[in-house]
Amino acid sequence: MTDKQDFVDIRHAQKSYGNLEVLKDISLKVKRGQIVAIIGPSGSGKSTLLRAINDLDPLTKGEIWLDGVQVNKKLPHRQYEKHINEMRQQIGMVFQHFNLFPHMTARDNVAMAPKMLKGLSKEEADKLAEEQLDKVGMLERIDYYPSQLSGGQKQRVAIARALAMHPKLMLFDEATSALDPELVDEVNQVMKKLAEEDMTMIIVTHEMDFAASVCDRVLFMDQGVVVEEGPPEVLFKNPTKARTREFLGKHLGANK
Amino acid sequence: MDIDLMLKVYPFFLEAAGLTILLSILTAILGLFCGILGVAARLSRFAFIRFLGAAYVSVFRGTPALIQLFILYFGGPQIGIQLDAFEAGVIGLGINAGAYMTETIRGAIISIDKGQREAARTLGLSSWQAMYKIILPQAARLMVRPLGVNLNMLIKATALVAAISVIELTYTAQRYIGSTYKPFEMFLLAGVLYMIIIYVVGRGVAWLDRKVQIT
Ligand SMILES: Nc1ncnc2c1ncn2[C@@H]1O[C@H](COP(=O)(O)OP(=O)(O)O)[C@@H](O)[C@H]1O
Ligand SMILES: [Mg+2]
Repeated sequence: MTDKQDFVDIRHAQKSYGNLEVLKDISLKVKRGQIVAIIGPSGSGKSTLLRAINDLDPLTKGEIWLDGVQVNKKLPHRQYEKHINEMRQQIGMVFQHFNLFPHMTARDNVAMAPKMLKGLSKEEADKLAEEQLDKVGMLERIDYYPSQLSGGQKQRVAIARALAMHPKLMLFDEATSALDPELVDEVNQVMKKLAEEDMTMIIVTHEMDFAASVCDRVLFMDQGVVVEEGPPEVLFKNPTKARTREFLGKHLGANK
Repeated sequence: MDIDLMLKVYPFFLEAAGLTILLSILTAILGLFCGILGVAARLSRFAFIRFLGAAYVSVFRGTPALIQLFILYFGGPQIGIQLDAFEAGVIGLGINAGAYMTETIRGAIISIDKGQREAARTLGLSSWQAMYKIILPQAARLMVRPLGVNLNMLIKATALVAAISVIELTYTAQRYIGSTYKPFEMFLLAGVLYMIIIYVVGRGVAWLDRKVQIT
């Protein structure tokens, strides 16, 4: 129904906290099945942009479109709540600190929302949780509580929780930044698997190697603007802007 | 110390303790009800309702409970509120306790990491669904102990209704002092009974706290 070109379409996103302009007129289009990485120094507005996409941090100005529907359209409060809850069901989000529900097992973390929002029976929701947890390699730990899991395992459960809603788009905000180095790979493997299944993803990351290996396009953000964007082989190897080169100089070096 | 006298009057004190317990239970129920309303108001998205919630808490925590009781019981009839002493005691103390419980419940709710709410909202849960499915179950565990403290204070505060002649423990002690002139024995008896009530309630709260932590 929509142009394949603009499955995700961010138009002139602008966001201020008081006098601080955190996003300055950012536009971004992502095709269905595309994977976009956002890199940039801390405080450049990466999280704010990601969190604007599902309206967790509403934009001051600008529009967010997903699959032909405006996410942040202006509606009276009640209607807007209904609308945004429906939109959010289509947008999975994975946080740096997992944000698993500590009072629920892995199974219930995954099954809760489908049961509550999609009217699945307990059996159907449990089966869905098993499938999704199996997919991220966490089936053996299905009845564990988050406190009994390692960081990498928690993040995999968090990914399964998001996937259980069958989202059209997945957002990752530094999904591996809080993990011990030896646990990063298990999460990256899951994200790679999603990439192979043509999930549309926007990934904020500090891992240049990972970004280069899975992404179709990389955006470099600094101080609320997209400084430069392009395919990873171009942006990482031949950046045109001095700020990009400076940033990559630090981070590619640090990664080695 | 006149032990014989104490043994002779203590059945009457037990009966009065029954009224203290009844008063405490009704006050706690009303307090919890007011506390829940208070929290709902404090967390409302409408500024005016938040203001009402904050005003409720400030007024009832900021003035002596005894004055609140006096206004309700003695001042009430002047503005058309006719209550007997027991009703005035329950309502006055309940509204007062509700102000403290509002802050206890709110404290537990706002101490839950905001990432919990965000994760819930991100999945598509409404604000209310996120509250009762994700925030409250976690906050409830944190509330048991401080609500236990509120309950402890509330039981002791029931002594105030002696001042409006409800025949509970403290009033009973005062009455027997009038006829026996033995304040030491009478207040001691009342004190011991308060302590027993509070000890039992304290154990109950500790048990509940352990129970909610494990599950
Ligand atoms: N709630 C907020 N209030 C005020 N400033 C904020 C808030 N959230 C983020 N910021 C500011 O916005 C800028 C961008 O933050 P963020 O999007 O988290 O950056 P990044 O994810 O790239 O590190 C930072 O300067 C940060 O201090
Ligand atoms: Mg960030």
